[in-house]
Amino acid sequence: MAKSPDQEHPCKAFGWAARDKSGLLSPLCFSRRENGDEDVTIKILFCGVCHSDLHVAKNEWGFTNYPVVPGHEMVGTVMKVGSDVKKFKVGERVGVGVIVGSCKKCESCQQDLENYCPQTIFTYNSHYTDGTKTYGGYSDMIVVDERYVLRFPDNLPSEGGAPLLCAGITVYSPMKYYGMTEPGKHLGVAGLGGLGHVAVKMGKAFGLKVTVISSSPKKETEAIERLGADSFLVTSDPAKMKAALGTMDYIIDTVSAVHPLLPLLSLLKLNGKLVTVGLPDKPLELPIFPLVLGRKLVGGSDIGGMKETQEMLDFCAKHGITADVEVIRMDYINTAMERLAKSDVRYRFVIDVASSLSQ
Amino acid sequence: MAMSTENEHPVKAFGWAARDTTGHLSPFRFSRRATGEKDVTFKVLYCGICHSDLHNIKNEWGMTSYPVVPGHEIVGMVTEIGTKVRKFKVGDKVGVGCMVGSCRSCANCKEDLENYCPKMILTYGAKYYDGTITHGGYSDIMVSDEHFVIKIPDNLPLDGSAPLLCAGITVYSPLKYYRLDKAGMHLGVVGLGGLGHMAVKFAKAMGLKVTVISTSPNKKKEAMDHLGADAFLVSRNTEEMELAMGTMDGIIDTVSAVHALLPVISLLKTNGKLVMVGAPEKPLELLAFPLLMGRKMVGGSCIGGIKETQEMIDFAAKHNIVADIELIPMDYVNTAMERLSKADVKYRFVIDIVNSLKPS
Repeated sequence: MAKSPDQEHPCKAFGWAARDKSGLLSPLCFSRRENGDEDVTIKILFCGVCHSDLHVAKNEWGFTNYPVVPGHEMVGTVMKVGSDVKKFKVGERVGVGVIVGSCKKCESCQQDLENYCPQTIFTYNSHYTDGTKTYGGYSDMIVVDERYVLRFPDNLPSEGGAPLLCAGITVYSPMKYYGMTEPGKHLGVAGLGGLGHVAVKMGKAFGLKVTVISSSPKKETEAIERLGADSFLVTSDPAKMKAALGTMDYIIDTVSAVHPLLPLLSLLKLNGKLVTVGLPDKPLELPIFPLVLGRKLVGGSDIGGMKETQEMLDFCAKHGITADVEVIRMDYINTAMERLAKSDVRYRFVIDVASSLSQ
Repeated sequence: MAMSTENEHPVKAFGWAARDTTGHLSPFRFSRRATGEKDVTFKVLYCGICHSDLHNIKNEWGMTSYPVVPGHEIVGMVTEIGTKVRKFKVGDKVGVGCMVGSCRSCANCKEDLENYCPKMILTYGAKYYDGTITHGGYSDIMVSDEHFVIKIPDNLPLDGSAPLLCAGITVYSPLKYYRLDKAGMHLGVVGLGGLGHMAVKFAKAMGLKVTVISTSPNKKKEAMDHLGADAFLVSRNTEEMELAMGTMDGIIDTVSAVHALLPVISLLKTNGKLVMVGAPEKPLELLAFPLLMGRKMVGGSCIGGIKETQEMIDFAAKHNIVADIELIPMDYVNTAMERLSKADVKYRFVIDIVNSLKPS
């Protein structure tokens, strides 16, 4: 008979889980494995609330295995290290992001692209190498293979740094891979949420001109005055959209709802690149003529490998980049999810796990 | 009163034109400008039939103004050059492709990307600098600005080299731009027509492994025995397609009908690139998950600049690459168009202008 979540493993753990597609979260007693030779046990201090957590809690992508404890933007302190652990010691501040395992042998893993390994193990809602379910960071502690743990730079605050572990790497990786880092070039950022606002900050740190492309005119002042964007384009303003045609070298599209691609493609110059990092649950319509006539491309990107994630954290520490967060208590999570569904957050909720998660 | 096409220019010309959306072509008298100081005039010997010609004569893209003399894969022999022409002399074998003009001053033109110039002038059906409409290569003579004329190397047969001027450059350019030109890479080619068969030949010459993806199983033998493809996938055979998932570095998609992208994208490895050179007129469905999960991309490409077109022709000459053609007399052209619409040609019709275009 299958063991219950709290009996699968020897170490008691506690968190909040969704149990059905209402997505409502509530306390769950479960368990974590014993700390293995290559493992690090981490007491979780903070955990960011990613839009993916909402998609999975409500089974919007169709592959949720309930009960699910979400959370893949966690920062904590090392409590225990396995005998073979080289990179971390007890007391250090570390982070865990979207993946906690991979095959370690394939071409992708060997190129530090664990995120593209066909056997990637996600921090939650996946199956670990021992067959048991993985549970995420809306919980008190986690046990992770050293390879998938990030060192948190000293000058990066935990609350503002936690969202970098998913939102940060999700925009940093394609900016590097697709060559969107040439100073003076013009970057468009479509969508101003968790991903979008970090993309603006990184774009400015790379020396780019940044235009935010948004459906919400009321985000303009913030975008320009607080985030440092150079300009703001409202998608429903035909005159402004027309004036901006063919002006952008690249666009990062962070929008996770289904939306038309043609207006975005039209904003690109010749050879322009539209990189989509949002995951709408239904297909998008891709017009081919603009790609052919302007030698444009639409590419995808999915988080980043461990080496690049560490590089990104170090880059953010160097440039003082953190996410803009609203810190919440664990028991606020369901309200936070409702607000997140309406994009009512500037720009990431972060759960103060250590102070507010209690049985 | 507007001049008739016969009188608007001083040099008499003769060709075949479509006059309405039936696309039916018939003899047509018109005129060409006198050879200007930077112009090259040549006697047309051969002209390839591109699928775009068919789209155009039937106004399938909604931009045709009749009468239209199609043809943008034109090869001939120089008969006269302007006083400032430096690159060509009388008797040279030359070609003209899809463009006969551009602004020559924008950033794209300065980077030898005339094909992306916003004021690029198409070889037929477009307005030239003097306000007259351009007429293409289904005709006896051509006059073109030297800049847009390509030298055809001596060792290339002229009839087989005509299709290089559109089909050839259309697949060569993206192989270079998207860096799908390294020996040992695995390239997929979707569609085995005029563009597709050129892509197979160029890619093999670059040292790539090539798999053809087609709806027609009966093209397999030709693809492998004659064109040199390494493998052939029938796109409706889900088992074959599944086995090939995640095996290709890049795919050139030459199919201009609406078709499903997901099975094609699935064939790509991580970081794989799908390049569209056919242009379906309706948008295609794009699923975000497969694109993101494999860091894949879908890009487009449209012919190539003049410098690159010359580079492509020289590459073809070095590797003895020409198109596989069916040479036809001018008066077969309407039948050829019908057959082309059913993809019944291996793989390009070329009109034997020099031997069969006679004023009526």
